[in-house]
Amino acid sequence: MTELEFILSKEQRVKPFDVESVRKEFPILSARVHGKPLTYLDNAATTQKPQSVIDAVQRYYKEENSNVHRGVHYLSELATKKYEGARSKIKKYVNAASEKEIIFTRGATDSINLVAATFGRKNIHAGDEVLITGMEHHSNIVPWQMLCEENGAALRVVPISDSGEIILEEYVRLLSEKTKIVAISHVSNALGTINPIKKMIELAHSRMIPVLVDGAQGAPHLNIDVQELDCDFYAISSHKIYGPTGFGVLYGKENLLEAMPPYQGGGDMIRSVTFEKTIFNDLPYKFEAGTPHIDGAIGFGAAIEYLNQYDWKEIEMHEQLLLQHATAQISAIDGLTIIGTAKEKAGVVSFVLEDVHPHDIGTILDQEGVAIRTGHHCAQPVMDRYGIPATARASFALYNTNEDIDALVNGIKKVKEVFHV
Amino acid sequence: MSELQSLYQEIILDHNKKPRNFKVMEFPDAKVEGYNPLCGDRYTIYVKMNGNVIDEITFQGSGCAISKASASVMSTMLKGKTREEAEAWFEKFHQLVRGELKIEDHLEEFGKLAAFGGVSEFPARVKCAILPWHTMKNAIEQKKEIVSTE
Repeated sequence: MTELEFILSKEQRVKPFDVESVRKEFPILSARVHGKPLTYLDNAATTQKPQSVIDAVQRYYKEENSNVHRGVHYLSELATKKYEGARSKIKKYVNAASEKEIIFTRGATDSINLVAATFGRKNIHAGDEVLITGMEHHSNIVPWQMLCEENGAALRVVPISDSGEIILEEYVRLLSEKTKIVAISHVSNALGTINPIKKMIELAHSRMIPVLVDGAQGAPHLNIDVQELDCDFYAISSHKIYGPTGFGVLYGKENLLEAMPPYQGGGDMIRSVTFEKTIFNDLPYKFEAGTPHIDGAIGFGAAIEYLNQYDWKEIEMHEQLLLQHATAQISAIDGLTIIGTAKEKAGVVSFVLEDVHPHDIGTILDQEGVAIRTGHHCAQPVMDRYGIPATARASFALYNTNEDIDALVNGIKKVKEVFHV
Repeated sequence: MSELQSLYQEIILDHNKKPRNFKVMEFPDAKVEGYNPLCGDRYTIYVKMNGNVIDEITFQGSGCAISKASASVMSTMLKGKTREEAEAWFEKFHQLVRGELKIEDHLEEFGKLAAFGGVSEFPARVKCAILPWHTMKNAIEQKKEIVSTE
């Protein structure tokens, strides 16, 4: 393809980002809650789905439903083609070197558990260390803790600063010949911090240590290129990127995946079975036992196609502008403190309000039609780090607007009114 | 009254801001922790008994306005009550916050507790209101395990 052809094809593909027309593609956004228009700011928990994803899932059950990789009949071939088509779309989307590196899972949590249970059990033993950070979600703590408990390895934690950034000198200090894997979040779900993972991967690789990136919150906000990052594993949840729940992806470098034992046993992950011996299937199927979440894969493929219409730079810019607007508006409220003030942040604003518990904030905002998350965000060590039991968290997606933030700010004013603070 | 006003009544806001009997007890007969892991509400309830009668009840901890006010109001009304009376109030309070009785018909009987009638309109908050009561019940029954209403 010549450069001109490439530009032309890109121009055909990319449609200008316009938030008003984007909103029209998400049917739930026109809902009303408690008599008020819905303001959905709980995107770090899960995102809403565009009509094209809903249609793809519905079409699958109406016209394409069949089991994959099995039958010789028409529907089975069709379902397999759609299902594997999703793998190909995901491979291109994250720029993996091969479809063999795209393992389908139940979500980012399952992806991390897979690595801990296979790579971990095989390579991490008594006296070894797993290195995580102080801002991890429970799903990037507990699987490693369980592994360490089982194998007698130690879990080490890189501390974070008051602004919610990884202290890189400490990271460098904690990397040692004992470290067998580094597991870090790309973006913190509780603080919004975008971690310098490229640099952290380079530092780990200079000591031959593989790196798993928990991308549950990274992939929704950033354009992911696994080859450019040079990460060894990258975990993704479909439902946080406009796709169905219960589906996700583990990207892994082929040579690592090849050397890893299987995860679960069952159908699809085998080539031949006798009572004496089982020969396992090739990548990626070696890690995909049983009938998979077929509509999840097809729906996620549709979500990626949806995103591919746009230029990621425009989405990132839109979310950054929302973040700037929200940070300015929210931090101007008396008695309010934003938790997580890193220089590099994605569209997440966690905050506490003097004398009002986040749970009460959540209830009052809900009455105003504003959906946010309150609680510890499955990151209790982060809450402990700041000495707070919980925060209120607003998180943005590509369909949010400045009006959504105004509704949030007005809602917080209402909270203050109710609580006389 | 809007649903919000009926949830956050003045009595609740007042007890949240200035919780009564909010202190550690030096030599309690029972001390039980109540914890809702999902929202992080955590209270310790201390009870001193005089035979079958609650001689003193105090609490410590942190949580939302509903849970804190619930613990505070409960502590003011259970002092001097027998175990059986406290258990009967436990049942009545549950009926109230689950919307199983019409508070208008019981205003006098419930007194300050009537302020929690609005909770029944907020199903997600019922567990906040009942956490201190479950903790208290374990305390007077001398059960030591951590209570949760999640």
